[in-house]
Amino acid sequence: MRFEGPALCLGPDIDTDLIIAGRYLRTKDRSLWAAHAFEDLDPALAGELRGKVIVAGKNFGCGSSREQAVIALKEAGVRGVVAPSFARIFFRNAINIGLPVAECEFACREGEQIEADLRTGILAAGGRSYRMNPLSPRMLEILAAGGLVEWWRGRR
Amino acid sequence: MSTLSERILGAAAGSYVDHKVDRAYAHDGTGVLALASWKAMEAGCIADPGRTCLIFDHIAPANNSVAAGLQQELRTFAGEQEICFSDIGGGICHQVMAEGIALPGEVIVGADSHTCTLGAFGAFATGVGATDMAAIWAEGATWFRVPETIAVNLTGRFHGAAEAKDLALTYVGRLGMDGATYRALEFLGEGVVSLSMDSRLTICNMSVETGAKTGLFYADETTARFLEGFGVHAESQEPEDCCYREELHLDLGEIVPVIAVPPRVDAVRPAKELEGIALDQVFLGTCTNGRYEDLARFARIVKGQKVKVRTIVAPASRSTLIRAAGNGVLADLLGAGCTVLSPGCGPCLGAHQGVIGEGEVCLSTSNRNFRNRMGVGGEIYLSSVATAAASALSGVMTDPEGYFAV
Ligand code: SF4
Repeated sequence: MRFEGPALCLGPDIDTDLIIAGRYLRTKDRSLWAAHAFEDLDPALAGELRGKVIVAGKNFGCGSSREQAVIALKEAGVRGVVAPSFARIFFRNAINIGLPVAECEFACREGEQIEADLRTGILAAGGRSYRMNPLSPRMLEILAAGGLVEWWRGRR
Repeated sequence: MSTLSERILGAAAGSYVDHKVDRAYAHDGTGVLALASWKAMEAGCIADPGRTCLIFDHIAPANNSVAAGLQQELRTFAGEQEICFSDIGGGICHQVMAEGIALPGEVIVGADSHTCTLGAFGAFATGVGATDMAAIWAEGATWFRVPETIAVNLTGRFHGAAEAKDLALTYVGRLGMDGATYRALEFLGEGVVSLSMDSRLTICNMSVETGAKTGLFYADETTARFLEGFGVHAESQEPEDCCYREELHLDLGEIVPVIAVPPRVDAVRPAKELEGIALDQVFLGTCTNGRYEDLARFARIVKGQKVKVRTIVAPASRSTLIRAAGNGVLADLLGAGCTVLSPGCGPCLGAHQGVIGEGEVCLSTSNRNFRNRMGVGGEIYLSSVATAAASALSGVMTDPEGYFAV
């Protein structure tokens, strides 16, 4: 389970209302969530997410349990999210939807290439390497399957 | 010797467990995605329909044809699967579950972050996402990491205008928005006896605002008496000597009315310091403060007077509203000029019924003041019921101390 891409640096305590605002929730149109991701933080951000690794501050994804927050990022082409800590429901949702997430703390530099390997727990950023908190074997299995739905179907 | 979470989940903090789920519920918001995942899983039947609920509260009644269509799909699904279903007007999911469904010692999951509210009964109650919920529908079980626990020791009793919400905001301010991430909070100590069930629900409701997985009270006589009212018998739970990760001490006698300043729930300041800030809207309601005691407390302050700012009241459940209608509380609220909505989340999530405009300021009894939550460009201050009532009467942010005729 690897993910890589240039870093997009964000601050701490980014809540799920900021990731996708409540006013966009009443639909099943996933591309709409991607188009409005982070709109209330910076309307230009949604257009810059494809191929990026989000490197955020602590407590990323706090607030509402809305899974649309994870789906918005995945649909927008985000490769993975790295933060020193995540709100637990967001973290669980990310695994379930198949968006790689890693707990790791380092100083983010905009655009710097990030390479993370969830199995070895090593993250490389600009020639330096860091240790990530390990995921449980079950989480790795779910991520490798592409999400909980796929994992569940594969198990039967 | 274990914490209440360890006892209920049957394993030590830090371990991963697969556990049966005693109650599972989703609402009209998260239910849509849960149903989509459920269909994709092709799981067939709900594992335990009698213990699975679908509760319409977020946009209830529907505000447009898209929402109405999504709700229709969920309604049909609930009928086909014969799960417990609460349609529009029944109330907020956490409150509906609190009225005789959630019981001490149970493992409860809800597809909503404020499921922690039900920890007030001595249950292990926590929020999950929609796809997690679909898997729980299919299996009747899920995995948990057993949390470490922070003990919140309560002593004394409230004085003056201070109430449960002030305690909730105070501990959130103390711990910070991620101060209890992955942990559970246990509320203990001699201060607990003076707290009603409605108060405990308010206190547990905000535990997620510290990142906690849940917040719990041990079931006692107050819990048993409350549940008896719904015809349910419950046993008390006794705390054991155990190992807490951290302890926090709070003297209820020292709690004062406080307000959380936008956009952070942990930016908590004494109401006295914020007096005079102009308001455009006051909102009484939500899974934090829309219960009967809250409505009655607000009514006691505004009774016979007129509010000076538009004031919206959304009762947390139908039974809350029925009780308020039966004993004059509702008449007092309406008489004072409040607008009363149907039971549900109301304007809390900024989707309908009381969205605020650009630059407007709302004083709300809810639990989140995140940027744009109740409307783009609007600001939300969070307060207790008494502070909201005093402020509604004066039209500006007001410390309730002087207004509070006991
Ligand atoms: S009242 Fe507000 S916080 Fe509570 S469940 Fe409804 S939207 Fe969520």
